[in-house]
Amino acid sequence: MPDLITLDGSIRNDDWAVVPRPADGDSLAVPEGQRSLIPADLWLAGHEHYAGREDIGVWFDSHEEPEVLAGKVNELPVIAVNFPKFSDGRGYSIARLLRERFGYNNELRAIGDVLLDQLQFMKRCGFDTFALREDKDITKAAKCLNFFSQGYQAATDTDEPLFRRRAS
Amino acid sequence: MYVYDEHDRQFAVERVAQFRDQTGRALAGELEEDEFLPLRLQNGLYVQRLAPMLRIAVPYGMMRSAQLRRLARITRDYDKGYAHFTTRQNVQLNWPELKDVPDILAELAEVEMHANQTSGNCIRNTTTDQFSGVQADELVDPRPYCEIIRQWSTFHPEFAFLPRKFKIAVNSSEKTDRAAIQVHDIGLQIVRNEAGELGFKVHVGGGLGRTPMVSPVIREFLPELDLLTYLEAVLRVYNRYGRRDNKFKARIKILVKALTPAAFAEKVEAEWAHIKDSPTRLTHDAIERIQAYFTEPDYATLNNATDLLAEQRFENRQFDQWLTHNVDNHKKPGYAIVTLTMKKTGIPPGDVTDRQLEQIADLADNYSFGEVRVTHQQNVVLADVRQDQLFELWQAITPMGFATANLNMLTDIICCPGGDYCALANAKSIPVAEAIQRRFDDLDYLYDLGAIDLNISGCMNACGHHHVGNIGVLGVDKKGEEFYQISLGGSSHHDASIGKILGPSFAQEDMPDVVSKIIDVYVEKRTEEESFLETYRRVGIEPFKERVYA
Repeated sequence: MPDLITLDGSIRNDDWAVVPRPADGDSLAVPEGQRSLIPADLWLAGHEHYAGREDIGVWFDSHEEPEVLAGKVNELPVIAVNFPKFSDGRGYSIARLLRERFGYNNELRAIGDVLLDQLQFMKRCGFDTFALREDKDITKAAKCLNFFSQGYQAATDTDEPLFRRRAS
Repeated sequence: MYVYDEHDRQFAVERVAQFRDQTGRALAGELEEDEFLPLRLQNGLYVQRLAPMLRIAVPYGMMRSAQLRRLARITRDYDKGYAHFTTRQNVQLNWPELKDVPDILAELAEVEMHANQTSGNCIRNTTTDQFSGVQADELVDPRPYCEIIRQWSTFHPEFAFLPRKFKIAVNSSEKTDRAAIQVHDIGLQIVRNEAGELGFKVHVGGGLGRTPMVSPVIREFLPELDLLTYLEAVLRVYNRYGRRDNKFKARIKILVKALTPAAFAEKVEAEWAHIKDSPTRLTHDAIERIQAYFTEPDYATLNNATDLLAEQRFENRQFDQWLTHNVDNHKKPGYAIVTLTMKKTGIPPGDVTDRQLEQIADLADNYSFGEVRVTHQQNVVLADVRQDQLFELWQAITPMGFATANLNMLTDIICCPGGDYCALANAKSIPVAEAIQRRFDDLDYLYDLGAIDLNISGCMNACGHHHVGNIGVLGVDKKGEEFYQISLGGSSHHDASIGKILGPSFAQEDMPDVVSKIIDVYVEKRTEEESFLETYRRVGIEPFKERVYA
């Protein structure tokens, strides 16, 4: 995997690979010696085999339900959420549920059609790494993460909506 | 009305900087057209038939005189010297240049205005009754709740890319519904429960457009403090499960219908159970803080000017007509609510020049504590006028063209910009409105007909709310030619209903005759005191059909 944006806009490189969902009838091929993100339901189906492995994470597609991993999320070092198209906003709800409802504490990564102008929303919904689409200018990420110094609402990044902060 | 604090000001300034950056990247080719599209739409910017169109937000229709003056200046400096009041209480500019839009937004921000979320698949401007806070029969002023919703929905990180646009309306009057809440994605009716506690009756899944629907109630009583957590639950269910495969089936009404209202409500309740006690739950303190911005202006202690008005009415028949039709009762003795009609024949409904915007600002300062409200019928309200100044006001506005005494009459037409301006339109709508206004130019006849909502949309996106017009007109395209389909029996009020299509569509030049025939049937069939809608509901569509297609 190429460069990755972190929460403060800095860039790091890592080697997690997204393993696509196998075609019907095929079995999942996890590359040897490669840290891999596999479809969440397949991780669950192979739980005995994958549980506790530091080199296996999962990814959700936007139509999938994070509820399937409830109670197990913190067994995973990385969870990725795919944005098949940047205008598909389901990933934001998936992220908040993973963080706020299921208490996921490890890395939450945005993958797929990840563009600069969506980073601010992803950040507020609990993503902490972002695999920007390759044709986009990664040096502008820091600025795009920080157009706003605060939000009106409570979200994953703050449990104090502005109306509570105003009161104090 | 609401005044920005340092937080709101900071959001406004940061938003302008963000959009300037986005526009710069778009003009530099760093953003593809489909990537820039939702960014500009969420800032109200459409690319239209002739030029970009910029839709400026007027939260729940409220504006101060300084804001009107700034709008006037913007239309002069960046546009062609006029603006358009929309059917969602907003304002549109029809001719700005894309490169100027960041500067326009900066000028707006200086007077606490913006174009946030006036388009795009996000939560739009929350709308309400234009008589909020000044009418006698409302439970409480709905505007503080609208402002609370505005803040919650502004840049909401989870709901910026919904399946489709999302509109919320709030109503607080028991007798009337001027906000058309039952044809919104969420309609909130402010109510008290049996214990006397304040809350909301929640309607979800109404709307116009291609599949018009009157919304079902999914919760009879939502306690006041639970407003935002419940909205968040509704939006989350919609964001996750609303259809994204077909934009014509993506509104929440389709989801509610597909699941059934009961099953949809269950899903919302299940989601809400998790978040109802989260920090998003409102506090009395937070509500009171916002309510403090909507306190009464400094009213004088007055008696009703009954004798004076009677005398003035007696002496001047036109004033009498105007008073009867364009002036409403105020909760305070000695005050009145005045609607300035923007429906003079020959002027596109809702269009105002820069000079008129300044005139309205002056009127607001001189007669109504410096504030106005925009209505979804595309008129402007001066909500706090002294009764003993009504005659003077009427004399002032008559030459300005705001005193056409046709409020709620057949010629007080709701009309979208249509094919003259809008890239989406199938047909022109403004010339149809004008032809109908010319046909029905006798005010006495209009008064005899009574209140009739005639609404015109140039395409099925229904910006002109044709489905809920007592008489609805929809522009359609037939092999490249413009035709007009008529529906009858729609209503956007407490008795909301979707109009029924009369039959095959008509050519533009036939429209005044067709409307005349429909009106003739009403006049022949009505009983005394029966409105157009009541007659229609009693006799059905057949007599109208027979006459029009005879």
